[in-house]
Amino acid sequence: MRRGGLLYVLILLVGIIFIGRLFYIQILDNKYQISPLNNASIKKVYDYPERGYVFDRNGKLLVANQQSYDLMIIPREVKPLDTIEFCNLLKIDKKFFLKQFNKAKKYSPRLPSTFVSHVSKNDYAYLQEKLHKFKGFYIQKRSIREYPMKIAASVVGYISEVNQNQIEENSYYQQGELIGKNGIEKTYEPFLRGVKGIKHIQKDKFNKEIGSYKEGVYDTLAIPGKDLTLTLDAVLQQYGEKLMANKRGGIIAIEPSSGEILSLITAPSYDPNMMVGRKRSKNSVLFFGDTINKPMYNRGLQAEYPPGSPFKILTGLIGLQENVIDENTSFICRHGYKYGRKGFMGCHPHASNVKLNFGIYTSCNAYFANTYRRIIEKYDTPTIGMNTWNKHVESFGLGNFLGYDLPSGRKGLIPDAAYYDKWYPAKNWTATYTLSNAIGQGEVLTTPIQLANMTAAVANRGFYYTPHIVKNIKGETIDEKFTTKHVTTIDKEHFEPIIQGLFDVFEHKKGTAYSSRVKGIEICGKTGTAENYTKINGKRVKLTDHSIFIAFAPKDNPKIAIAVFVENGYWGSRWAGPIATLMIEKYLKGETSRKYLEDRMFKGSLQEEYNKQLDSLYRAAGEK
Amino acid sequence: MIHCIVQREKNNIFAGVDFWLVLFYIILIFLGWLNIYAASTSEDHTEILDFGAVYGKQLIWIGLAVPLIIIVLFIETRFYERFASLFYIASILSLIGLFIFGKNINGAQSWYAIGSSTLQPSEFAKAFTALAVAKLLSDKAFTFRPFKNHVKAFFLIFLPALLITLQPDPGSALVYFAFLFVFYREGLPPYYFVIGFLLIILFLLTLYFGSYISIPIMIYVISGVFIFILGYLSIYKQRVLKRNWLQFLTTFFIICGYILSVKYIFNNIFEERHRNRFNIILGKTTDIQGVGYNTNQAIKTIASGGFTGKGYLEGDRTQGKFVPEQDTDYIFSTVGEEWGFIGSTLVIILFIAFMFRIIHVAERQKSTFSRVYGYSIATIFFFHFMVNIGMVIGLVPTIGIPLPFFSYGGSSLWGFTLLLFIFIRLDANRSYEW
Repeated sequence: MRRGGLLYVLILLVGIIFIGRLFYIQILDNKYQISPLNNASIKKVYDYPERGYVFDRNGKLLVANQQSYDLMIIPREVKPLDTIEFCNLLKIDKKFFLKQFNKAKKYSPRLPSTFVSHVSKNDYAYLQEKLHKFKGFYIQKRSIREYPMKIAASVVGYISEVNQNQIEENSYYQQGELIGKNGIEKTYEPFLRGVKGIKHIQKDKFNKEIGSYKEGVYDTLAIPGKDLTLTLDAVLQQYGEKLMANKRGGIIAIEPSSGEILSLITAPSYDPNMMVGRKRSKNSVLFFGDTINKPMYNRGLQAEYPPGSPFKILTGLIGLQENVIDENTSFICRHGYKYGRKGFMGCHPHASNVKLNFGIYTSCNAYFANTYRRIIEKYDTPTIGMNTWNKHVESFGLGNFLGYDLPSGRKGLIPDAAYYDKWYPAKNWTATYTLSNAIGQGEVLTTPIQLANMTAAVANRGFYYTPHIVKNIKGETIDEKFTTKHVTTIDKEHFEPIIQGLFDVFEHKKGTAYSSRVKGIEICGKTGTAENYTKINGKRVKLTDHSIFIAFAPKDNPKIAIAVFVENGYWGSRWAGPIATLMIEKYLKGETSRKYLEDRMFKGSLQEEYNKQLDSLYRAAGEK
Repeated sequence: MIHCIVQREKNNIFAGVDFWLVLFYIILIFLGWLNIYAASTSEDHTEILDFGAVYGKQLIWIGLAVPLIIIVLFIETRFYERFASLFYIASILSLIGLFIFGKNINGAQSWYAIGSSTLQPSEFAKAFTALAVAKLLSDKAFTFRPFKNHVKAFFLIFLPALLITLQPDPGSALVYFAFLFVFYREGLPPYYFVIGFLLIILFLLTLYFGSYISIPIMIYVISGVFIFILGYLSIYKQRVLKRNWLQFLTTFFIICGYILSVKYIFNNIFEERHRNRFNIILGKTTDIQGVGYNTNQAIKTIASGGFTGKGYLEGDRTQGKFVPEQDTDYIFSTVGEEWGFIGSTLVIILFIAFMFRIIHVAERQKSTFSRVYGYSIATIFFFHFMVNIGMVIGLVPTIGIPLPFFSYGGSSLWGFTLLLFIFIRLDANRSYEW
């Protein structure tokens, strides 16, 4: 019995501990207490503040609000009703009615759900008069977005109802509320959204509202959302979008002195108004489902392309910095560069004995291949050489996330020694294995915004500010990371000969963009033509080259740096060059002088090229 | 004791049945079902007799428990005693059979599928192991003096535990540790518990301090404590020291070795989820989204009940399905929310009274077999009660075992019914047994 008695003691002890613990969590501790306001007898009425407006850098309205009416339901309070009349009022059918009703009931019989979102103003007027007949339904006013200029869809993003994950992650949100899903709507959600106000209304046990709970001591007022001013120039943005019509690619223009993004264009795009209100769910299926044109894919931020010839600027700068070349160093180029026993990098025909300036404006492959090789081979091992090169390149913001204030992006790729060690486990690689990097081919990948930022850094002669899209938030300063100068590893004096070369690209008769020069503006730039491949049935297939162009202007005190990518646009000066110079001209002068060229760009389409690509894909799939 | 001799009439199987145990059983089952209804009802199922819903199915299980009870009561006491080993072997075989015929649910192969319903043999194995333990310990020749009998007894309980662990369902296997108390009650030397208790404390301390201070420092501290004791003994109790110095030294080395191996076991043998559970209980991590999510939701739900609760079917967190597994392992959170501190305290008191009654009835048994069986089920109920409620209110790591009569599930309901009513049957016959 004595030993058995221990069990009584143990049971009693555990029982007392449990009761003590329950006393603690149910009565004493506030940490676990849920506010009494979550009681079913208290109805919460939300007052949603208006979302902040968005303006461009010159005060043009980009994003505004319009009033929308959501019909809400509390399933438990619904009394039998005339469904036919109800459905007619809302212009819905009975199937939809039942579907929504069951969905709401499944979510919660006693919490409000959205029954029909975005009832039109007209329907709302009729509905309001008859609503007293339909118990358990009420109208919740909300404001939804409106985009007067219909541009910059990828920048502004869109808002849509929160999903279950977001509700669980952030207790602020409740079912049916709206949240920024892309673009600045997402990154600046807390500012744009404001804070909703809550009123607590006490109900009696017959579910009748009997007034404000505790005289409103728990009620809060709504705090309106803050207006944003973007760095975007709406006129330039609109112009760029027109230039990119029927082409795929991106344009990024940056103000070098501040890192402000003047335009961010991705093509193809869509009218942001398509992602508003009742149209949204249908259109978002369409846009996200379009795997051919990918309108939701931000090519300006996310597309990784080999940068091609513009990358030679960095090769030249690093060569100067590492002291392996100077302005007068010359290399031989006989239609290309021979290396090793069999290696050959082709080049277009031009005069030989190439010096730096000539190498840039004629875009000589051999010149930069030689320079690159000297950089890598300057040190005892290619590992040190490669890592030195990598460090210089990455100081221009390449090979990593830039840190701008938009929610999507890619790192790009700037290889280092470790990268090649992985490819060649024997670690026997040398400069010539990686020679294509010299001319922006090979392993190097960049996104258009990285390339634009690199251009800005060159225009600034050695520094850049992290590109950003928001100029100011009403009443708040922007993140100081956008006002912090990033200095490159290249000394200022090395930029001048390179920039002179970039200037001659336009001004010298043999420059690759001589035909694109603009009277009265000193533009510096570089054409690029990047080879690109795709895999069809596991086979590497070469596609039409990308057309690339980077530029900044004016030469001294630059106001704009730009990168243009046109997918499968044959060569740099065919599409990207004219587009870049037109953009520069438009921004600096407000109008363009070369109407014929502008017209050619507006109307020019690469659709045929893309169709051809698609055909070959289909055919390959058919053969399989 | 003449007054307790009640001639059991052959055709009245209810004669001699303990009124209080049956009453507690009915109350617990009834309250359990009410809470399952609250936790699983939705406005789609408005019929009480909706057999598609969880509460409807539970009603079927309860209904089917009645014939089970009648059969259990109908069978002669001697039958249980005589065939205890056979039952045990059968249940072991049914556990082994799971590895071949078992159905895998949530990663554990612990169920037999019969038509659309499933049966979990580990819930029944408890009762049969209890019978086998009773049989072994009631053997007149059996005492806990020879060490080989310790081995026999341990083998009996750890064989099913091992099979269940392999399913893998370690939570259900832990229940078998409850039998250790029965062994203790019947004469197992207490040093097992002292050692076991110390090992657990050391285990937890090592984990708790393991990351703040390094293991060598812990060993220095322990050495310090030992040297202190050594000093004390050498001054005041020289004779004790002379006699026990070897044991003293061995203990020291065992403890040091143990601390080192705990670190190893924790880092290398435990799986991530085990580590997480311990870290949450030790308060070293607060992870309210991942592993701790269920418990956190359960505690919040219970806390929201306050003193008086929100009222039956009025718990908005229960109705809103905030707590995962609320109709099974986390059923107690429904009690906490809808019946408040008062209701949940009452349920706890009810369980305590129920277990007290079992111990009381066990103590009045004349036959060792019945007494051992009674203690076995008291400790089994106690273990479930302690671990389940402890888990729901955040005092015990997450171990998924049901709360007797409350948690939804046919196997567990039947298993507990079987467990209890075999005892009631044994008790009804106690008059014969002296």
